[in-house]
Amino acid sequence: MKKSIYIGLIRGLENGRVECLSFELVLLLLMTMRMNICEEKCISVGLNKSNITTSVSKRATCNTHGEESPFFVGWDDYRKNPYDRKLNPNGVIQMGLAENRLSFDLLEGWLRKHPEALMASEQNLFKELALYQDYHGLEAFRKAMASFMETLRGNRVKFEAERIVNTAGATAANELLMFCLADPGDVFLVPTPYYAGFDRDLRWRTGVEIMPIHCYSSNNFEITKSAVVSAYKEAQNRKKNVKGILITNPCNPLGTTSSAKILKMLLDFSREMKIHLVCDEIYSGSVFCSPRFYSIAEIVVRENYSPDNVHIVYSLSKDLGLPGFRVGAIYSYNDTVVTAARRMSSFCMVSSQTQHLLATMLSDSGFVNYYIAENQKRLQERYKVLVSGLDMAGIRHLEGNAGLFCWVNMSHLLPSNDLDGELKLWKRILYEARLNISPGSSFKCMEPGWFRVCFADMNISTMEVALQRFQDFARVNPCTNLS
Amino acid sequence: MNARGEEKCRRVGLSKRKRNKNLSEKATCSGHGEDSPYFAGWEEYRRNPYDPLHNPSGIIQMGLAENRLSSGVVEEWLSNHPEALMISNRDLLKDLALYQDYHGMPAFRTALANFMGALGRNKVKFEAERIVNTAGTTAANEVLMFCLADPGDVFLVPSPYYPGFDRDLRWRTGVEIVPIHCYSSNNFQITKSAVKSAYKDSQNRNKNVRGILITNPCNPLGTTSSAKTLKMLLDFTQKKKIHLVCDEIYSGSVFSSPQFHSIAEIVTRESSTPDNVHIVYGLSKDLGLPGFRVGAIYSYNNTVVTAARRMSSFCMISSQTQYLLSCMLSDSDFVECYIAENKKRLEERHKLLVSGFAKAGIKHLNGNAGLFCWVNMSHLLTSNDLEGELKLWKSILYETKLNISPGSSFNCMEPGWFRVCFAESNITTMEVALQRLQRFAEKYKAMY
Repeated sequence: MKKSIYIGLIRGLENGRVECLSFELVLLLLMTMRMNICEEKCISVGLNKSNITTSVSKRATCNTHGEESPFFVGWDDYRKNPYDRKLNPNGVIQMGLAENRLSFDLLEGWLRKHPEALMASEQNLFKELALYQDYHGLEAFRKAMASFMETLRGNRVKFEAERIVNTAGATAANELLMFCLADPGDVFLVPTPYYAGFDRDLRWRTGVEIMPIHCYSSNNFEITKSAVVSAYKEAQNRKKNVKGILITNPCNPLGTTSSAKILKMLLDFSREMKIHLVCDEIYSGSVFCSPRFYSIAEIVVRENYSPDNVHIVYSLSKDLGLPGFRVGAIYSYNDTVVTAARRMSSFCMVSSQTQHLLATMLSDSGFVNYYIAENQKRLQERYKVLVSGLDMAGIRHLEGNAGLFCWVNMSHLLPSNDLDGELKLWKRILYEARLNISPGSSFKCMEPGWFRVCFADMNISTMEVALQRFQDFARVNPCTNLS
Repeated sequence: MNARGEEKCRRVGLSKRKRNKNLSEKATCSGHGEDSPYFAGWEEYRRNPYDPLHNPSGIIQMGLAENRLSSGVVEEWLSNHPEALMISNRDLLKDLALYQDYHGMPAFRTALANFMGALGRNKVKFEAERIVNTAGTTAANEVLMFCLADPGDVFLVPSPYYPGFDRDLRWRTGVEIVPIHCYSSNNFQITKSAVKSAYKDSQNRNKNVRGILITNPCNPLGTTSSAKTLKMLLDFTQKKKIHLVCDEIYSGSVFSSPQFHSIAEIVTRESSTPDNVHIVYGLSKDLGLPGFRVGAIYSYNNTVVTAARRMSSFCMISSQTQYLLSCMLSDSDFVECYIAENKKRLEERHKLLVSGFAKAGIKHLNGNAGLFCWVNMSHLLTSNDLEGELKLWKSILYETKLNISPGSSFNCMEPGWFRVCFAESNITTMEVALQRLQRFAEKYKAMY
């Protein structure tokens, strides 16, 4: 009977029906029943140590937001002690944020010549834009985005502006696609290592689960059919409903692009299993050397049908370096998804002021072609500086051709060849070398010792300081030969 | 399937089509709410929009709650302050372009907090730290539901209410709405007995009530809640340990007495800070900037502020727009001038509308706020039920060529009420609309 009272009390607390009791009184009641009280359980149902507070949702209190991961903890430490050449030369250098700061001068130059993009000269335009809340988005903007996406793919494919759904960033786009393609409890297969933010973006509010498709260094982390089949079977064995596969191409954190063969394999597999294929191509404008970039759109074009299971995510945060403007897009070959996603985009629309700016900029094909080429050139140069510096530190890396980061192998410096060893190494690099780089475990990498190092978010002199720190660290930390 | 069965299916989210199992339930149900007459009328307007020169017999839009009356005041400010738009300076561009912190720009949050305070005649000070930015109030309301309730939980909402809530509060969150019925007999005010009745009704159905959500000023009524009503709601929610969400997006559109009371004022009078009160605000209505997607949650609950802020990653405001508005709303002279001028223009337009109604023999609820008027056309119904109301709505739409919104789209319990918006068209168009309404009413009088 005591047990049933205990269970009843906890259930009552959970659903808010036990009212007007203070935490202390609850404890007293439970203690008189000589039950073991789990304080944590009480806190989880919304009690704090003073009066019972109004409880919030499970989504508000769970940690699927993922901010306890080292990926985000490192950023915090950087924020508390940021490097500055003059003011804080011993501070932490940020190499954990995939931002592109290399080409602002190009954007700035264009904006100076085109004040009309900033509504600076036309008042009627301001009123029109201020009132424009249609979730279809400005037609000029969608057309400009479609055209930009085509240019990034060497005009090998055509994108229809009608299939573009605007969202406030790729974060919103990925979540929105999950809401459209999967129900709570369904699974999406995602190759590891994968972007740390997916745990939040794909799962938090949607209730969708991620199951990894494990990739390994033995074949440069390429996605193999057997790994896909294995992940699919694993999900089935656990009685999970697989709704699709989501890949990033170019890949974050690997900094590589998927071959046409792999994309075809994924397309065929997803068709066979009648599941979706989502390709996050937000780094498609950041491919700086061979092999060339293949978009899933090119593979689709070669097929003789229009696949209703293929969806592309894009954004201007990486290629144009504009994460603050919140410009993302979904491109879907499925009409129902376009309609549903468009309606859902009411919750994450792009500011019309910003749509106008970018419609104007991306319609300028002369500028676009120049920007893409120059940006790629700068990324390549910076990448070369980074890898040559890493080489001098005796640190190996995965050969990359894209993105804003390099996937490096520091397993030879691990104190132990496991997660614990990796986190220890990460902390030492953060606190001793004062470099914020991201440990592979935040990306669910199966092999300890890999780290993602970003190279496009600092100027060249800071990069040189960072590389010097890598070299100094490597010199005083002998290889442990545990890899 | 008959109309009632269809309505039932619509309410539970089933569409007539067989569900496409390859997509989610959310993608294929009708939770988006667009099958309502509220949106159907917009579609008709889009197909045949009134234009005095090119389409003088087209449909006049009176179904969209937009404020176009004071955009001139904003435009004038912009022409005097081009620096708010010119972000081509490299350092500024870089700062803005890279600013993706979900805390939002501090200058923007401070400016917004000050603006909210000014709208309440500075009776309350809003702390910038409690503001969570969202891309519009649509996003703000949904984020709050995600934070305050689990799927299957209930929020009580006084009817009539904004049709968009069916989508915003329920579609992706799985939260349910149970109405608190309000009636014309007391001017649709929220009574304690109605609240208790709705609460008990939910309990009887074994539903977990997590809160009450009101709009104040109210859409579609165009009225403000009294301090007494707000206090009643605060006390009730605190007693039941449930949340109180106050959507105050029309707080800058109060144009006559009685004066507006924000829930923040009631909270200030209490001796302790209630952790169950949350305010939603946005600039779509008061400043007429729906395209810029500027919304905010103001919560007295620290856990909610933290969780909502993290969730706002999915709906952040463009930094370019945050910058523009932080410049504008930090200009206290502009703010003071705008609030007063906007109020004056809304009041004038409202007077014109109601005098036009009077000439047409159409009664209305005495309103003091918002961008619309709640009118009673029950005397024109052929039958005093939903069917009669929809017939009347269609004849006003297709014959009289006016898009106004039927009360049933707002879940109003009494047939014959309609919401008529007055701030989106110019004065000439308004006069044409009123003449059409008068002719319609005369025709009806002659027939019956």
